[in-house]
Formats: sequence, C-alpha cells, structure tokens
Amino acid sequence: MADRTAGKTGEERGAKGRHYREVPFRGGGFAPRHIPYVGVAVFVVLIALLEAGARSGVISNLTMPPPSAVFVALVELAQSGLLWKHLQVSLTRLAVGAAMGAGAGIAIGILIGLFSYIRAGLLPLVAALFPIPKIALLPLFVIWFGIHEWSKFALIAFGTFTPTVVATFGAVDNVDRSLIRMGQSFGLPWLSIVRKIVLPGALPGILSGLRVSLAIAIILLVAAEMLGAEYGIGAYILEAGSLYDLERLFAGVTILSLMGLGVSWLIGRIEAMLLKWR
Amino acid sequence: MDLRLEGISHRYDGNAVLEDISLDIPEGQIVSIIGPSGCGKSTLLRIAGGLERPTTGRVSMLGDPPPGCLNPLTYIFQHFALLPWRSVAGNISLVLEDHALGTAERREIIADVLARTRLADFADALPRQLSGGMKQRVAIARALAVSPAVMLMDEPLSALDSQTRELLMDDLIALWLRAPFTGIYVTHNLAEAVRLGHRIVVLSRRPGRIREIVEIDRPLHERGIADADLEEKQRHLWTLMRDEARAADMELQDG
Ligand SMILES: Nc1ncnc2c1ncn2[C@@H]1O[C@H](COP(=O)(O)OP(=O)(O)OP(=O)(O)O)[C@@H](O)[C@H]1O
Ligand SMILES: [Mg+2]
Repeated sequence: MADRTAGKTGEERGAKGRHYREVPFRGGGFAPRHIPYVGVAVFVVLIALLEAGARSGVISNLTMPPPSAVFVALVELAQSGLLWKHLQVSLTRLAVGAAMGAGAGIAIGILIGLFSYIRAGLLPLVAALFPIPKIALLPLFVIWFGIHEWSKFALIAFGTFTPTVVATFGAVDNVDRSLIRMGQSFGLPWLSIVRKIVLPGALPGILSGLRVSLAIAIILLVAAEMLGAEYGIGAYILEAGSLYDLERLFAGVTILSLMGLGVSWLIGRIEAMLLKWR
Repeated sequence: MDLRLEGISHRYDGNAVLEDISLDIPEGQIVSIIGPSGCGKSTLLRIAGGLERPTTGRVSMLGDPPPGCLNPLTYIFQHFALLPWRSVAGNISLVLEDHALGTAERREIIADVLARTRLADFADALPRQLSGGMKQRVAIARALAVSPAVMLMDEPLSALDSQTRELLMDDLIALWLRAPFTGIYVTHNLAEAVRLGHRIVVLSRRPGRIREIVEIDRPLHERGIADADLEEKQRHLWTLMRDEARAADMELQDG
C-alpha cells in the first residue's frame, strides 16, 4: 500500500483519495487462561453478601445463617476436639473406599481397554451398573457387610468403581494408535507396549476421571454416614439437620466443600508431577 | 539383506487397494515409491514391514541382516511417532530396552546416533520442546539405533516446511553416503523421489499397480539441486503421474 499516510485515527484519506481503515482485531477469546485469585474473590464476595444480608435482616436467620455464625460453629467444633474425630473417621472411610473402588476400576478399565473378550463381556455389565443410584443399595450393603465400617467402604467403593472404569477404558481407547504401531514396528514385546506406551498415554484420561470419581466418593461418604454412624462429617450433618441447627449444618457442608477442594488440589498436584511432559 | 515383495494384492472389505505388486529391493539401494493419493503406498509399506497382512502374496527377506541389527525392518513415520512423555534419549532408549544390552552399551548407542543426527545437545529435551525437523531427526536417530537392515519411510518429510525438508534430505543423503542402507521411500514429492531413489516405482491409481520403474544411475552424492538430467526424469515422472492423479482426484469427487 503505497498510499498509506501516517495517522492515529482509524480512518483517513490516502494520497490517491482512497479510504484506508486499520484491520480490526477479531481473533481473541476461546482460549482458557490461568487467572489467579478470581476464584477466591468469588468466594469472598459471596460470603460478604450473605453476611451483609443476614446482618441487615434482608436474609432471615431461619433461612440462612450468617457466615460468621457458621464460622463460630466451626471454631466450637474444633475446640471441642470433635472436628478431628469426625474428620479422621470420614477421611479414613473416604480413603479406604475410594482406594478400593478406584483401584479396581482402573484395573478393570485397563483390562476392558486391552482385551476384546473382556470388553465384550463386561461393558454391558458396567453400563447396567452405572445408572444405579448407589445410595439405594446402602441397606443391601448393610445386610451383606454389616452396619459398621465395611458397608460404608463398600458403598463408596462401588460408587467410585463405575465412573473410574468408564473413564479408564475411554482413556486406553484414546491412546494414540500410531504410537502403538510404532512400538510394534520396533518389535517391542506386548508387555512393554502396555507399560511404556498404553499406560502412560492413558494416564491423563485416568486422572481426569478420578476427579469425577472422588467427588462422587465424597457424596457417597455422607450418604453412608447417615446410616449407623456415630462419628463422621455425614453423621454430624445429619444430626444438625434433624435439630434444624442451621449453623452446624452449614459448618458440616463447609467441611465437605473443603474436602472436595482438597481432593481436587491433590489430583492437581499429582497431574503436575506425573504429566510434566504436556 | 534384500527385501522381496512377491505378488502382493490387498483389499479392504472387498475394495481392491493393491494389485499384484512384485518388487525386489537389493541391499544398499533406496527405492522410491510414488503414486496418486489413496493408491495404497502406505498400505504397501505397512505390508512390507509386517504391520499388515496382504490378502495375497508374500514378503521375504533374503540373506542375513547386518551384524548387530536389532530390528531388521524399521520405520520412519510421517508424524514422527515420538512418545511425548519421554525425553529425546528416552525415546531412543525405548527401542533398546527390550534387548540384552548392558547399560553402558545402550548409552553408547544412544550417544552415537544422537551425534550422527546432530542432536547430542538435546538428549534431555522433551518432544514438545523440539521443532518438527528436530523431531524427525530424533525419529531417524531412533531408527538408526536398532541398526536396521531396511528403512521403511512413509513420507517422512511431508509434515515439515520446505526449508527443513531440504536440510533433512541432505541429512538422509549424508547418512546413506556414510553407511549405505536399504530403504523404501514413499513420497508425493517427485523431487525427493528423484533425489534419494536409485529406482523410482510409479504406482497407478487405486487399485495400485506398478506402472513403471524408472532407474536413476547417477550416484547419490552427484545429484545436485538443479540437475538437468534429474529434472528430465522428474518431468517424465510427472507426465506418468498427471493423468493418474487427475483421474484419482475425479474418483474421490464421484465417490
Ligand atoms: N485400515 C483401513 N481400512 C479400510 N480402508 C483403508 C484402510 N487403510 C487404508 N484404506 C484405504 O485404502 C486406500 C489406500 O490407502 P493408503 O493409505 O495406503 O494410500 P496412500 O497411497 O498412502 O495415500 P496417501 O497418498 O494419501 O498417503 C485408501 O483408499 C484408503 O481409504
Ligand atoms: Mg499414505
């Protein structure tokens, strides 16, 4: 463009009397960026709004306790020493149940991904089990495994198992076939292909599946603790709920949310550690 | 070691892809294969290396692979096929780990092939940190690490920009001049075919048949970029290809 003249405004006349306009930028967006602190800010603003609403009387104490009262309930729980008791019991149940369910789920998922016969045999079964609300089976588990810990482990394990299976075999299916071809073309033994190509290739998918599975595990933890549990966050929430003690109810819910954040953070750490190559 | 293809025909669920391909690849020679899109070049290469069973015909190896050969028929893929979670050295190590080699010996092989492909400084880099040309050099280093008898190359340069392609072509020629390897080189690029091939096999459109085999006598190290003789051959190849390519193009539009 020989007739371009310098200028700051968007539209001007060039030497030959032609208009020229700067090309407008229209390429932005659609690319997630990491923006720190906004997540925290959302929490802070929400809590501040609730607090202000409760203090000014816009929100009645009967519908929603002020966050400060929930905080006081949490502090009381911590001071009484019961918080640690509840947490310890709940986290143990969560850890044992989720470890069993996710472990079995990953193993079965890999087998389904690798062997056509196992896939043909188990896929319909998994599809049949997946939509069952596991909570409905709690009484059954109580009969099978007793009212104490094992029925709770079983419920959490069963609930994490199905989503983990589905995520895992999907991840194995999605491993780049050309990499497997490459392994075969270099004469790698079957086991090496599985260990060095299929499993590392499936790992990202398995880990993002675990995010979902472990959130489900927390939901089921509460459900399990609503039946025949003396301690545990679920039992604490149930008790508070039956007394309409909203402060303590919300204190319990807050703890659950924090557990969810903790699990998510943990998986984030694991991903950062194992998936450095991405 | 020579490679011999005898009466190879292949069909995918009833669709003939290759028809009666017979071809000898003598030791130390590179055979270029060109042909219109979809004529079965990649399929033929997969069959040659035992990654696919031909419907009829067979592939045989004549003679013994060179001493120290760990994988006689070795591929270089168009899209590199590097494991993204392994470093450059790790990717090469991958193809050595299942062989009875000492750690020192393995390290020596890796250092040697990295030096030959000018990658010694990048041993610890991850694939995502490398340019396309470097990735393909890693794949070439990986192939060299197993001292193959035959290199099977499926459009190894076509995912690269044209300058990088030129450089890598020089690399391949230099590698061949240092230690002549046997190879099948599948390409769309006539200039590449003429530059690297001792013989050039022209396939017809699908089902691929051998249409003509063009010999190029000039030794590899005497082939320059602007070479009247080679350009003449290239023009000849293009006249052979043009009608096939046009017809193949129409076929896709019909289908
Ligand atoms: N696994 C497969 N199943 C069914 N059809 C296939 C399969 N692989 C290839 N084909 C078909 O066989 C034909 C030959 O494919 P091939 O990839 O060998 O061609 P090509 O000459 O390498 O083509 P290009 O030049 O595009 O790389 C194509 O029509 C393709 O659609
Ligand atoms: Mg191809």
